[in-house]
Amino acid sequence: MGVQIAILTLVLVGLVVLVVGAPLRRARRAEGSASGAGRSLPEDAPALSPASERDELEAAREAKYREIRDAELDFRTGKLSREDYEAIDADLRAEAIEILNRLERLS
Amino acid sequence: MAGLGFACLLLALVVCAYGIGASLYGVRSGRVEFSESGRRSVYALAGVLTVAFVVLEVAFLGNDFAFNTVADTSSRTTPALYRAAAVWSSQEGSLLLWAWLLSLWSSLALFLTRKRMRDVAAYATAILLGFGGFFVALMVFYANPFATTHPVPAEGVGLDPLLRFPTMMIHPPMLYSGYTLCTIPLAFGMGALLARRVDADWIKAIRRFAFAAWLFLGVGIMLGALWSYSELGWGGYWGWDAVENASLMPWLTGTAFLHSLMIQEKRGMLKVWNVSLVLATGTLAIMGTFLVRSGILDSIHAFGGHTLGVPFVCLIAVLIAGSIYLVVSRRAMLRSEHRLDSLLSRESVFIANNLVLVGLCFVIFWGTYFPLISEALTGQEASVGAPWFDRYTVPLALILVLLSGIGPVIAWRRATLANARRNFRVPIACALLALVVLLAAGIDSKPLALVMFCCAAFVFGSIGQEFFRGARARRAMAGESVPLALVALVRRNRRRYGGYIVHIGMAVLFIGVAASSSFQHSSQLSLSPGQSTRVGAFRIRYVRPTATITPRYDAAHTGSTLSLGALLDVTKNGHHVATLDPSEGFYASDEASQGSVGSLLGGQPVSHVAMDVGLTRNVWSAIEPDIKAPRLARIVTDGNSTLPPEEALVAIAYLAREYIKHPPPTQFNFLVSPLVMWIWIGGVIVFTGGLIALWPAPSVVRRRVAARTRARASRGLARA
Repeated sequence: MGVQIAILTLVLVGLVVLVVGAPLRRARRAEGSASGAGRSLPEDAPALSPASERDELEAAREAKYREIRDAELDFRTGKLSREDYEAIDADLRAEAIEILNRLERLS
Repeated sequence: MAGLGFACLLLALVVCAYGIGASLYGVRSGRVEFSESGRRSVYALAGVLTVAFVVLEVAFLGNDFAFNTVADTSSRTTPALYRAAAVWSSQEGSLLLWAWLLSLWSSLALFLTRKRMRDVAAYATAILLGFGGFFVALMVFYANPFATTHPVPAEGVGLDPLLRFPTMMIHPPMLYSGYTLCTIPLAFGMGALLARRVDADWIKAIRRFAFAAWLFLGVGIMLGALWSYSELGWGGYWGWDAVENASLMPWLTGTAFLHSLMIQEKRGMLKVWNVSLVLATGTLAIMGTFLVRSGILDSIHAFGGHTLGVPFVCLIAVLIAGSIYLVVSRRAMLRSEHRLDSLLSRESVFIANNLVLVGLCFVIFWGTYFPLISEALTGQEASVGAPWFDRYTVPLALILVLLSGIGPVIAWRRATLANARRNFRVPIACALLALVVLLAAGIDSKPLALVMFCCAAFVFGSIGQEFFRGARARRAMAGESVPLALVALVRRNRRRYGGYIVHIGMAVLFIGVAASSSFQHSSQLSLSPGQSTRVGAFRIRYVRPTATITPRYDAAHTGSTLSLGALLDVTKNGHHVATLDPSEGFYASDEASQGSVGSLLGGQPVSHVAMDVGLTRNVWSAIEPDIKAPRLARIVTDGNSTLPPEEALVAIAYLAREYIKHPPPTQFNFLVSPLVMWIWIGGVIVFTGGLIALWPAPSVVRRRVAARTRARASRGLARA
């Protein structure tokens, strides 16, 4: 029983090392195969800053779209007068356009 | 197998330590592979703790009494399903459940955000692994679930009889899921502050987890209330008990956050408030666990010992100090992007709703921790009871229900007075109609209950109008039938209409609470067979006593040695309504000093409530048989002195027969409570609405709606 438990524990440790160490091994392989100097990142690992900004803008865009839809629903369910709706909708679309422009500049 | 379990804990501790280091190094140095490795540490932690949990489950199901926890909280006679659930009845097992659930939910959160917010997620990973490491360290150093004993006991003590109910099998995992899910927004909130990225993205990433935490916590709270009402012998569903309150507080701040995050999503406002709510909710969840597990406050739900107080206090102190530091040091980037356009807007109502929810939380916090505060200031322990809580929470609850009806009919940004007047016509008419009908029916003795019913009617009017107008708009656009239009409306606007359904459920729930607490009839008295009493409109007659013996080797054994009860006939205006059979189970104790017969009955007696349940009222009954009556006590005394343990059951059988032949006067507790059922129905509606709001929209619908909105925005772009 003691030996079985020791083997099971070792298997578990091996699996943990395999799972946790995979990104480090992948990075080392990529480093080794890269000609010239410098470290290269895994393919699906973009650098932090541009991706972060894009994520931010995409989240802001989705939120803005939702806001446009909500304003429309508020108007259709009688919570907003036509004048207020048109003013709010124009503001929201201008804000959405600003976000789309920034996204376009980024890409 | 205990060795494997403990090895898993040690390995988990190492994984946590490595993962924290790797995540922090990765994010600070920009080495993504280390952040990635840190994230995978959470997956590994989930795997390792799953193995540990399975080892403990197997020990419980296989009656391996070499494990201390199994010997202390289970037995061969505990039914298999309860043995499976007994894992989390002990201090050690519940810590393992906490850490395991945390690792699973954290893995899910980090998997779903693996392609986004790498810097925020890396900090969040370190924080989540910090929580995981804390709980694993508690198990390794203070409460080891895999501790063993030699020689192995032949039999275990058995599961606490109070926990042998189906709801108690589900209640702790639900509550712990809620608590652990609360730490995910906290970790991402702290991560966003550390990474200085307090934009819309982190809010989007944690929204579903905040919602899921709210949902699980709510289900856990409701199951706890149901257990209290239908299993405990006092007939209440909420007693302002410290542990109950501890679970309610993060739920309240979580509810506030779910509302105020919409303002941040739409307007970029309330960033400080939102991040503070997230941090407070996570901290309150840890404090909730602390209350259950430290045993620092008296509670019928506190099953822990007194050993874990110091580590928990240290963790909570670090969380509070860290939260304050982060919010204060990042206040410049948490400035609002917009200001409130109008006081007559949904944003204003949400802010009011937030203030009421946080006010409720503060009142409950003060009342719950008052014994500790009082002891610290005066040296004497004092506590506050239900009347103190009711004095402050009832008015706040009334305002909250009213606001839940006002919010849906007011537009975002700004609403005009003319529109508001038009939108409030139906809800106010509903409230007035309810008032007139209730006064005409003579229900005027409890003004607060009356106000609650009118507020609930206001909510029904407000939400009903919203569904009606939404479906009408949908029909006008798509020409669908009414049912199809309603379904399409909800499908395309899950968050909005799911939220409205939640509001309906809360109004229904509060109707049940107001009616059952204000118009309840109760009677506590002693009856002999043949006697009867009147409770409200019902007459209850004690027909005859009942007694059941279930030997420990019996297949149908529920744990009690002897069950004494009564058969009751309930009538109304002379017509039979129901037959009730409440009983009380007497359990064996492990104290040999009580004697061979006395020890078979010396454990904690547990009441088995009997109810006649209906939509309009519940007739509830509990019994406390006088097992110390002279005739019965003599049988126990004589049996102790003459019978060896293996024959002691003979005396129990004799005692049961004597109870039936010469029943002593018996203490009963009767309640007739109107509309209690609606509390549970309201709960089901709330969580149905919650599920609808949480469920992701089908991708086809999402794409179509997004494309339409994009096209509209683009039209603006063309004009610009």
